[in-house]
Order: sequence, then structure tokens, then C-alpha cells
Amino acid sequence: MKKAFWLAGAMALALAQPATAADSVKIGFVSTFSGPTAVIGNDMRNSFELALDHLGRKIDGKPVEVIYEDDQQKPDVGKQKTEKLVQSDKVDFIVGYIWSNVLLASLKTAVDSKTFLISANAGPSQLAGELCSPYVFSTSWQNDQTPQAVGTYMNQKGVKSVFLIGPNYAAGKDMLAGVKSTFKGEVVGEEYTVWPSQLDFSAELTKAKNSKAESIFVFYPGAAGVQFLNQYAQAGIKQQIPLYTAFTIDELSLPLQKDNALGVPGAQQWVNDLPNEENKKFVADYRKKYPGLRPTFYGAQSYDAANLINSAVVAVKGDLTKKDAMKAEMEKVNFKSVRGPFKYGNNHIPVQNFYLQDVVKDADGQLSLKTVATIVKDDQDRFHDKCAMK
Amino acid sequence: MYLVVEQLLNGLQFGLLLFLLAAGLTLVFGIMDFVNLAHGSLYMMGAYFAATFVAWTGSFVLGALMALGATLLLGIALEYAALRHLYGRDHLDQVLATFGLILFFNDAVRLIWGPAGLALPLPVWLTVPVQIIPGVYYPAYRLMIIVVALAVAALLYLVVMRTRVGMLIRAGASNREMIGALGINIKLLFTLVFGLGAALAGLAGLMQAPILTVQIGMGENILILAFVIIVIGGIGSIRGAFMAAVFVGIIDTMGRAFLPDLLRKVLSGAAASTAAPALSSMLIYLLMAIILVLRPEGLFPVAKR
Repeated sequence: MKKAFWLAGAMALALAQPATAADSVKIGFVSTFSGPTAVIGNDMRNSFELALDHLGRKIDGKPVEVIYEDDQQKPDVGKQKTEKLVQSDKVDFIVGYIWSNVLLASLKTAVDSKTFLISANAGPSQLAGELCSPYVFSTSWQNDQTPQAVGTYMNQKGVKSVFLIGPNYAAGKDMLAGVKSTFKGEVVGEEYTVWPSQLDFSAELTKAKNSKAESIFVFYPGAAGVQFLNQYAQAGIKQQIPLYTAFTIDELSLPLQKDNALGVPGAQQWVNDLPNEENKKFVADYRKKYPGLRPTFYGAQSYDAANLINSAVVAVKGDLTKKDAMKAEMEKVNFKSVRGPFKYGNNHIPVQNFYLQDVVKDADGQLSLKTVATIVKDDQDRFHDKCAMK
Repeated sequence: MYLVVEQLLNGLQFGLLLFLLAAGLTLVFGIMDFVNLAHGSLYMMGAYFAATFVAWTGSFVLGALMALGATLLLGIALEYAALRHLYGRDHLDQVLATFGLILFFNDAVRLIWGPAGLALPLPVWLTVPVQIIPGVYYPAYRLMIIVVALAVAALLYLVVMRTRVGMLIRAGASNREMIGALGINIKLLFTLVFGLGAALAGLAGLMQAPILTVQIGMGENILILAFVIIVIGGIGSIRGAFMAAVFVGIIDTMGRAFLPDLLRKVLSGAAASTAAPALSSMLIYLLMAIILVLRPEGLFPVAKR
């Protein structure tokens, strides 16, 4: 009996906690912090922390509390962590999600509880279309948009045929579909590999080589991209069939890809050398705060997410219960993005430019990414019609 | 036609690499009756050692040899310090302890080398494709994996079948109390066998490193395949591990290469492309299930008692 009394007391105390903590802005951050892709999660966290530094660690005068959760790149774990953040931590915002399949598994939990969710990377087509929600915003893109830009670039280059290779999960399918939607030449083959466990691409590369395609398009984020480029070069295909990529070469994978990445074009909505003031400050301060590291597009999107949250909270003067006003404010994009100006479509996916990026050796002899040209201007994703929000 | 030849080679290469990993595992599992989940960690350590030593010495061959020696020593040290205390315990204790070792190795690697992984670049002479028959080019490095693995297989066969140590190893696999009773220093034998197993795992890791990247946890996925192979081949049998590894490698690669096109003949394009990778990755487990039903001891069981 006595035990039950103490237990009840402890539970009451635990329940009382959120009420006293209401004077802070609580943010749950779900990303991958363990396993081979932890470097991506770390970069997102680094950039988010840098953004908070720039905001003076306060949003509208309130201290910010960030709870980082590791989804282990697994949809079921991501869903559990999201439930924990929403139900027991009672966060005001959820940010993060690298992987489309993890985001899709976690989405309902956030939306049902009317917690704002800001995807700082994953952009599955469903999120832009039938699963769009007033409570969900993206600071990245819809998955198809970047490969669509690559397809457009391939048309500009006069490429006649392509062989597509990508991983068999939500984003992989979106990516290949994206290329197919803009590429005007012939798609001679299409291969999906087991994700994320398959890392040897010999069978797929052999098929690509034998298909007599004029080019290969590939999407492999993280370490898998390093392995793909390695094997592509070792098989001697680099000299025969040029490669086009999306999300395969970034500042995280470049130090491992080295010369294999030279001359392989890709597209991106953010590149480290974009010439706006916010971006220069972001890149310079990132390299100062984390010596030896370089920011990536993943980080840039997290940085924007922090500023998007800031704009919303400032607009309602810290009254986090005014969800409609916060939503309206976020739709205006009332902050300076490191990618330069963008606006939101009806489905809360950015309408933005996509740039052609190339791999170059920079002043200190290290490989870096460089913006070469603008491929598409003010691009809106092709699923916004399917979104119920108008 | 050329396509089939090349895909067969891809399968053979993958299978032989798996053999290197499975041979070490089956030695330890079959002979010492010890379940070592940390075998994949030794594979990872082989790759990290190789990347480090190659960067130090500037020579791929020298670095690889040093890495091989380092994993051998690491294996012996590991057996001496931790694992020998677990031989008398049941399998569940061994699984728990070696699972702990996986976590230990992953974090140790994170501390020493950082989370980002390493690259093990190949010397130029290994990056050019070689013409094996007119019209068919094959990556030189993958060809070298085939040659090295075949040499190791032959060597292992000779050692196990033709030498006194091999005789003891085989005797140990059938009845370990008996060879202990015959006055053989079974502790030393076990240490050596474990060291050999570790070196084989390290060899697999360092051979695979230039193809994949060197990264934390790289041994975990592939270890499952190694277990599948020793189950198919018969626990403790080197010959079984060899046959099963080549089998699994070829079936896996052929599935990935030709299943999508076969499925496209019956299913719609989109459904086929989605279903094919899932199906092809199931193929080897299906194979294992069938073999377990028909021959629960594996294809080449080691005679017990």
C-alpha cells in the first residue's frame, strides 16, 4: 500500500514535469546517429546546433531544448522514437529524417498529434501528394525534383539513352521515376538493389555495361555511393559510359571517393559556394566550429529548419498554442535561407532552383563541390496536384 | 553469352570471398564448438588495419600482409584474454559475450579511427580491367580475389587433410575430449585455430575493403551470409564451406542479374523491378531452408563420434 502511494507520487511528479517546462521551446530531432550512415546524422546535428548558436541558443527569448533521437536507419525504430518524442516528451516541433522510409513510418504519429514536423531531408512523393498535411513542412525537396533536374541536364547534353540503378526503397523508386519523368531519351534498363544491405554492385554494373547505354544514372546516398563509384571505376566502365548522379557525391562522401568522383555531374538545391550572405556565414562558421569538417546539403537543410522554427515562434510571440498562426507564418518563408530565396508550394514543399554541381580541387588542394550552372529555376514538384491543401 | 560468363565470374568472386569468411567461422564453430558472433568484427578489423598500414607504407601488398599479421595477433590475444574462459559455457553465453564484443569493437573503431570510415585505394596496376577471353573484360582486382581465395582454399585443404596439425584439427572436430586425453595440448591448438580463423576473417575484410568502403559495422551484414554458408555446407567442414560459398555466391549474383528480366515477362514492369531484389535476396535463404529439410546436417557433414 505504502509502495503504491510512493509510486503514485512519483508518477504525479513525472506528469507535472511538462507543465513547468513550458517556458522553453522543445524540439525533437530524429536522425541516424549510429551505424555507417551516422556521419550524415552528425552533420545534421552539427548544423542544427550551429543555427541555435547563431540564434543565441534562444527562440523568442525562451531557451531551446533539443532532444536528439537515433532512428538507426530503421523505419520501426524511427516510429518508436517519434512516438516517444510526441507522447512522453511532448515536443513542440519534430525535425530531421534522412530516410524516406523512416519518415513515412513516423509521419502519422506526428500528424495525428498535430505536432509540427519539419523534414530536413527525406522527401517521399507521398509527402508531397496524398499524405501532405498542414503540420508538415519540408526544408529540402521532393525526392523526384533533384533527379528531374539531372534528367533535364542530360537532355541539354544530348544524351540519347540511360541505364538506371538505385536502391529498392521509397526514395530509390522516387529518384529513378524522377529521371524518367524529364529524360527524353530511351531508358534501356532499370535495376533496383536490396537496401541498405547490398553493397556489391558487380551484377548491376555488368548489366549496365552490356546494355550499350550511352550513360548511367545512379542514386546511392552515404557510404553506398562511395562503394558504387569505386566499383564503377574498377570495372573500367568510367572510360566507356559517363555517370550522372543525384545525392551520391556530397562533402561527406568526397573525401572517400577522391578522384573517382572527378567529372561526375550531379544536381542540388544547395551547394557550399552559393553566393548569398547567410550561406557564406553558415559555411565559414561551420568550418570554424567543427575543424576538419565541411557542411553538406543535409546540414544546410537542418540549418534552415532551425530558422523556420524560429520565424514561426517569433511570429506568435512564443505562444506555441497558436498553431494556425505559426503555420501561416511558416508558409511565408519569413527567414533567410542559406540556399537563397524560395517559396512554399501548396503542399509545403519548397519551390526552388536546382543547380548543376561539379567536383573540383579547391584552393587548399582538397576536392570540393562547385556550382556550375542553374539547371531549373523555381521548380515545383510534380505531386502538388495530388495534395488536398490548396 | 558474354553476359552470363561475366555474371558467373561475379558470382564466383563473391562466393570465394564469402568462403574466406565462412572458413574461419566454421573452423571455430565446428572444431571448438564456439559460437563467435564477433567474427564479423575481425573482418572489420582486417579492413581497418589494411587501410591504415597501406597508408603508412604506401604499398598495397606490404600493408595487406601487415594487416593479415595484425589480425592473426589480435585473434590470438582475444582468444587468450577473453574467449577461452567461455569454452565450457553453453552457446547462449557465448552468443551474449561475443555480441558484447561486436559492440566493443564498433566503439573502439569509432574512438580510434572516427565515425566517417576510411578508403583503401588500389594500386594502379590493379584498377585496369583485364581481357580474359576475347570480348570479356573483368576488373583485375576481382580476378585477384578469385586467385587469392582459391590459393587459400587449396592451402587450407592441404593443411587440414595432409598435415599433423590438420589431423588434430579434424580429430578435434569429431571428438575433442579424446584428443585431450591423448596428451595433445588442446589449449594451444584452440588458440592457433582461433588465430587462423581470425586471420581468414581479416583476409576477407582486407580483400573486400577496396571494393566496399572500410566502415564501422561492415562485418554484420556479411556475417549472416557466412552463417548461412556453414549451415548449408555442414558445420565444421571446410569442403562444405567452400562448396556452399561458391553456390551461394553464384545463386545470389545470378538472381540479381537475371531474375528482374524473368519476372518482367510475367509481371508488370514496375512490380517486377520492386519484387525482384526482394526475391533474389530471399533465394539463398530458400536454398538454406530446402537443404535443412533434406539434409539437416548440411551438405558435407563432419562425422561425429
